[in-house]
Amino acid sequence: MAEMITLEVARYRPEREREPTFQTYEVPFRKDWVVLDALNYIKDRLDGSLSYRWSCRMGVCGSCGMMVDGEPKLTCATFLSDYMPGPVRVEPLSYFPVVRDLVIEMTDFMVKLKSVKPWIVREEEKPTSEGEYLQTPDQLDAYKQFSMCINCMLCYAACPVYALDPQFIGPAAIALAQRYNRDSRDQGSEERLDLLSQHEGIWACTFVGECTKVCPKNVDPAGAIQQYKLTSTKEWFKSFLMPWRAK
Amino acid sequence: MDVSSHDVLLVGGGGAGLRAAIAVSEVNPKLSVAVVSKVYPMRSHTVSAEGGAAAVIKPGDSLDDHAYDTISGGDWLCDQDAVEAFVREAPEEMLRLEHWGCPWSRDPDGHIAVRAFGGMKKERTWFAADKTGFHMLHTLFQTSLKYNAINRYDEWFVTRLLVDDGQVRGVVAIQLASGKFQAILAKAVILCTGGCGKVFPFTTNANIKNGDGMALAYRAGVPLKDMEFVQYHPTGLPFTGILITEATRSEGGYLLNKDGYRYLQDYDLGTPEAKPVLRSMELGPRDRLSQAFVKEEEKGRTVEGPYGAVVHLDIRHLGEKLINAKLPFVRELCLKYQNIDPVVELIPVRPVVHYMMGGVSTDLHGATPLKGLFAAGEVACVSINGANRLGSNSLTELLVFGARAGRAAAAFASEQKDSWGHVLAQAMDETRRLEGDFLRKTTGRESIAGIREEMQRSIERGAGIYRTGASLIEAAVTLRKLQERFRNVALQDHSRTFNTELTAALELSFMLDVAEAIVQSALHRTESRGSHQRTDFPARDDEKFLSHSLVSRNEDGSFRVEYLPVTLTRWPPGERVYGR
Repeated sequence: MAEMITLEVARYRPEREREPTFQTYEVPFRKDWVVLDALNYIKDRLDGSLSYRWSCRMGVCGSCGMMVDGEPKLTCATFLSDYMPGPVRVEPLSYFPVVRDLVIEMTDFMVKLKSVKPWIVREEEKPTSEGEYLQTPDQLDAYKQFSMCINCMLCYAACPVYALDPQFIGPAAIALAQRYNRDSRDQGSEERLDLLSQHEGIWACTFVGECTKVCPKNVDPAGAIQQYKLTSTKEWFKSFLMPWRAK
Repeated sequence: MDVSSHDVLLVGGGGAGLRAAIAVSEVNPKLSVAVVSKVYPMRSHTVSAEGGAAAVIKPGDSLDDHAYDTISGGDWLCDQDAVEAFVREAPEEMLRLEHWGCPWSRDPDGHIAVRAFGGMKKERTWFAADKTGFHMLHTLFQTSLKYNAINRYDEWFVTRLLVDDGQVRGVVAIQLASGKFQAILAKAVILCTGGCGKVFPFTTNANIKNGDGMALAYRAGVPLKDMEFVQYHPTGLPFTGILITEATRSEGGYLLNKDGYRYLQDYDLGTPEAKPVLRSMELGPRDRLSQAFVKEEEKGRTVEGPYGAVVHLDIRHLGEKLINAKLPFVRELCLKYQNIDPVVELIPVRPVVHYMMGGVSTDLHGATPLKGLFAAGEVACVSINGANRLGSNSLTELLVFGARAGRAAAAFASEQKDSWGHVLAQAMDETRRLEGDFLRKTTGRESIAGIREEMQRSIERGAGIYRTGASLIEAAVTLRKLQERFRNVALQDHSRTFNTELTAALELSFMLDVAEAIVQSALHRTESRGSHQRTDFPARDDEKFLSHSLVSRNEDGSFRVEYLPVTLTRWPPGERVYGR
């Protein structure tokens, strides 16, 4: 008899039930299986009605984020063996509305992402016939880390500020704003600063750093938020000390 | 039934789809563009591409060199006019992506850095460490956000093309979140849905790669071109099929058999040197390397692992510093998914289905034979990839042909009137099909996973790296039976909200059609060329087969395979020479 492990999976089918419930499944334990493999086993062999998102199974598409035993994880990169002998509890990412089962509603992030202007802003675009913008490896390193965000939403599911205030623009969107602010080709940081300043939430971030702890790609959104606060404060002081510079 | 309408509709929001959408907006900002994708665009499979994207930029390289490498790599099945356009437009497209913010790796002086890649005789592969596809996709997606004319239908699943009076008029799609069906009408439709790796049991492809666009076009009577040419990448991790990029070998990695011997030297790929040599040994083309693995296995010189035979990829001698700088994702994947550290350990690898050279037949502007329908990226066959694609050409292809298809579709749509013909009746028929065959059907005893797994086993056995007439006929018979059994599939889930069992069933149905197209095309090509190796016809036959296959399905369900001559411009067919 093969070794088994129990999964307690959150179910929510809005056409059938008002409140989320848990359903228990027994799946074979294999040491090279990740939590996502166990969900696929359930979907294929035990219960075709379980819904969740997944795609690349190599930790880069960002689809399969869920709470595993209460912590936000990419389920394709979370081994069952770390939870033996079980049971393992699998739930949708915290602080997001749930569409169904393990599927969260994330249009809110899509709107926030667009609002930080995550693209290169330039006063003048040079034609491609003039070649590339030069950027040294050091200049690349200045923003590279923030460009690694896969939009998996784990940082939102770990963020105590977002938990209390859904208006908070959130760790990933701020990290991506910083990704462009720090890019030597970009000239849009003032525009983005103005936009971000309208959001109160950022000052509520107490540098708990939960976002950075759960980030599967070492993006360090908490660092981005601190950098932003520093720049923002400097600009604020400058507007008093040097009023002719103020906008 | 809800109806919406746009000028140009993209099916798929990966690299090709987003580049095409931006191209439409650049040509005419007044055109309304719809990007309909079954996943959020940044989840698209472009995200998984690792090694890089080829374009001539450095002194000492030339467009002719890039063209020759591509054509010889494709075993002379590429259309040379398409290749010439591709290599000519590649540098500008790549620079445009640089201007849009793609974090390309750089030389110390700030210029774009390039690396070597398999089958390329010059170093011309641009890269963003080893997450090139990820960075390209996010750059395109984030840039696309500034175009207000681009409307997104995120997580909408297209089930059918609407065609009236010989012209495409839009699609029927399911909004996953609500489960509602909608007719989305458009004057031009561009398919950018990528490949179909999930037809096979062992693939680098993401779960979403089910040949959707190929099947949609095929069902609308559009022929699929060169479907027999399936690329096996030589270095996938066993079990997961996770790709270990070719860049490991261009940086100097070795492929070793169980005796620690660089076995490629036994397969006419050159002699081993300590440092990588272009177009030689580990930098040979993917088809030849994957075939060498099979031969090595037959000789009993591979290593038996828990998931079948493997060989070893050795990058230990590159050192931790280089690995961290240029191959960080490889290290991360090995550590996280295989529990080995390539800085000090050998990486077990085996060939894995990676890419589809064939696809929806298009011309140089992405236009298919069906009026108003275009295709770009892996779903399409232009053809620049011939019988074997060179690594780092596909990411560039997304840009060049995504942009071309976008411009052509914009020009086409601008000339059309708002007349939708009789497609709404068709859309209602489709709604009835989805409800009758799936959502409301309570009888049936076949499981989706059961049929899917049998399809995957059957096509791997029949149409793998080496095929024979007999193995292909057996696969064709099995697939026919599976098509019959599919009619008897029963869903457990009859609800509307985010019903992933319904989409899995529709994807399986797409894959069965694509699998049949692959097998039929392979059966009719009685020669060996590039990735299509028939042990019963081991030689290339330019007399009979210097031509593209076009497979279509007749009304009665039978198949029709026709041929279209390859376009040659300046490179007459010759021998493929590597390492000598």
